[in-house]
Amino acid sequence: MSNETAARTEMKVIVFQLKDEEYAIEVDYIQSIERMQPVTRIPSTYPFVTGVMNLRGVITPIINLRKRFGIEEKGLDEATRILVIQKGYIEIGFIVDGANDVIDIPVDKIEPTPEVVGGVEAEYLRGVVKLNKRLFTLLNLEKVIQES
Amino acid sequence: MNSEYLDVFLDESQEHLQSINDHLLKLEQTPDDLSIVGEVFRSAHTLKGMAATMGFEDLAHLTHNMENVLDLIRNQKLSVTSEVMDVVFLAVDDLEAMVQDIASGGEGKRDVSAVVSKLEAIEKGESLEAASLAEKETAAAAATPAAANVQLTEVYDEFERTVLEQSFEQGYYAYQIEVTLDEQAMLKAARVFMVFEVLEQVGEVIKSTPSADQLEEEKFDETFMVTLVSKVEAEEIKQRILKVSEITNVVVQPVEKADLTSKEEMLADGEKSTSSEPTEQAAPSKQPTDKKSPARKEAGVQTKAETKKAGHESNKTIRVNIERLDVLMNLFEELVIDRGRLEQIASELKNNELNETVERMSRISGDLQEIILNMRMMPVEQVFNRFPRMVRSLSKDLNKKVNLEIVGADTELDRTIIDEIGDPLVHLLRNSIDHGIETPDVRLANGKSEEGTVKLKAYHSGNNVFIEIEDDGAGIDRQKILNKALSNGVVTEEEAEKMTDQQVFGLLFSSGFSTAEKITDVSGRGVGLDVVRNTFESLGGIVTVNSVLGRGSIFSIQLPLTLSIIDVMLVEVQEEKYAIPLSSIVETAIVNKQDVYSAHNQKVIDFRGKVVPLVFLKDIFEVPGESQTEDFYSLVIINKGDKVAGLVVDSLIGQHDIVLKSLGNYLTNVFAISGATILGNGQVALIVDTNALIK
Repeated sequence: MSNETAARTEMKVIVFQLKDEEYAIEVDYIQSIERMQPVTRIPSTYPFVTGVMNLRGVITPIINLRKRFGIEEKGLDEATRILVIQKGYIEIGFIVDGANDVIDIPVDKIEPTPEVVGGVEAEYLRGVVKLNKRLFTLLNLEKVIQES
Repeated sequence: MNSEYLDVFLDESQEHLQSINDHLLKLEQTPDDLSIVGEVFRSAHTLKGMAATMGFEDLAHLTHNMENVLDLIRNQKLSVTSEVMDVVFLAVDDLEAMVQDIASGGEGKRDVSAVVSKLEAIEKGESLEAASLAEKETAAAAATPAAANVQLTEVYDEFERTVLEQSFEQGYYAYQIEVTLDEQAMLKAARVFMVFEVLEQVGEVIKSTPSADQLEEEKFDETFMVTLVSKVEAEEIKQRILKVSEITNVVVQPVEKADLTSKEEMLADGEKSTSSEPTEQAAPSKQPTDKKSPARKEAGVQTKAETKKAGHESNKTIRVNIERLDVLMNLFEELVIDRGRLEQIASELKNNELNETVERMSRISGDLQEIILNMRMMPVEQVFNRFPRMVRSLSKDLNKKVNLEIVGADTELDRTIIDEIGDPLVHLLRNSIDHGIETPDVRLANGKSEEGTVKLKAYHSGNNVFIEIEDDGAGIDRQKILNKALSNGVVTEEEAEKMTDQQVFGLLFSSGFSTAEKITDVSGRGVGLDVVRNTFESLGGIVTVNSVLGRGSIFSIQLPLTLSIIDVMLVEVQEEKYAIPLSSIVETAIVNKQDVYSAHNQKVIDFRGKVVPLVFLKDIFEVPGESQTEDFYSLVIINKGDKVAGLVVDSLIGQHDIVLKSLGNYLTNVFAISGATILGNGQVALIVDTNALIK
């Protein structure tokens, strides 16, 4: 996969909002973007697992990305979205503050994560991209999805 | 390669191999029942044909060699001894391995020379017993003195056999004639032609080996064989053929109807006659086309009609790919969810017409559900039938005498469950034979019969299927397990004293726990009973053990009938809804708080004279919200084996059919939750795994 990405010069990503920062995930992993729906709580699991949702007949686990990254919580509002991700055999939804943008990132613009990035632990990140005065942080999905 | 047919080939060859296995085992039990050999033969022959068609030569070749041996048995030239069966089973093992290889994308190649040479040895009568028997047989059966020392073997395919049978019915005789030409003969083809001329005058040639084409091209040594139906006596035929010049010997051997097959249905291949080249039989030759007579043509037509009819009668099923059934099932699950939604809407709207329609729809979809579920049901026989063979070889390896009894093989289970239970059952059976059943001398010393019995039993009970593996072996030594558990630190001394036998035996299923004192070939493969338990539990099953030292043990497995649609009791805890499978519910009850006692900090009730602990779902699941202060508790009494507990909930909503859905691959092993379902209003309710709540 990484070889493939490297071979391409541009990469399509979905940009989403978490607190006051913008993050990006490759569009290939995104199944859909949903408005907030009722989520059934699951007892005795990780604190960042909000619960499960009925996504057109498929039970989909939902995790709260703010909680996952240790960012302080915020109530749900009109802008709140669920990004449904499929990676390998795992299908999962991320609650994010908002998601509105699809952009192309030149692959050679991806830079390694700076030593210190506001709040979010660097292991969840794959790199940063600076584009027209906007800074996007690319998520390392593997790490985010990994349990615990 | 005909990849299109590969699946069918694999399916069918597995079926035939299984049938061969089954019948061989039966044959070993009743060596005198030669009709069983016929069955084996039929499967072997079909397998051979299929393999040859698909181009799996090794497979076809080995099957052929096996057929030859079976043939001797069928013609009572070889008796069914343990040694012979061992070799035949070895051959079957190889065949299975080859089919396996093909299934996993290989070409079915395998070095089978060892088995083949063993089979050939038997075939040539190199076993003493076989040789003497064969000689006696041929001497008795020989119609002409010259045949006394000749072993006659000719294999007929179904078509030829039918022709022969019809000839018998019309009062014809059939002969296998072996003609030997003079070594010096210059124009062999011409001689063959003249012999055929003679034969055509007295009857009808059904078959020749080598085939007519090869005979015409002189592709044979000095001997060839023909099968003739005729009304003329054997001796006369012989004399007539001998009139052709350059013929040195003629052996005429009558073919009896009984030789063809012992059963009316032409199940097995017929045989008999002289054959110097057994491999030639693999390609049953067709009769020369230019010699077709009207009689033969007629017979041919009849035969075809008959086989077609037989095929229809025995085969009223179609093969459906399980994936298609899964698709159907998934669609139906959607329908069940929508049905729930409709029922809810209808009950809210209270419109009579809508109600009626929804009720009708519910009823019809209920029937449909039953049909679809039934379609996925298969008898456990599918799994059980590989066990007799396994037990046979296992008891041989271990030098034990084991009698496997199978009861209730026709009990049906969902296909998805069937697919999963094979390996764990193998493990339990191995366990029973390896650790349970004692060696014959030990058994005798303990006043038992030499032969141990392992009983494999399946039966229905309510919404469950039970599978039990019972042996009359040594039983499980409670103390031995405890010692091991103590040394492993699985339990403490204090706990150990208080444990019931059931609990102690349950320790066998904890991980890394093997009681085998020495690691044998059979056990000690690094896979413990914990894996067995995990497999069954992932299927919603429960495994329990009971044992009496010195008398035997019984492993009991409770399995759900089907995995996807289950009956549940919906309950509410605060705002949350949970589904409790009906199969684990004893009953529901409402008790006054005053009737709740406290025993060592554990709330219990007296339920029908039994002390039942209470489990507060709210606490277990850490449901947010304040506890209500009512005077009564709503209880769902659940059981696991003979242990009972009462789940305390806020209210009971009612009984529902729900579609069981998995939580996905992200959330694995959530405590006490076995899955989820979608309710009528589209919300998700979690399914409680009651087994996890009872320790």
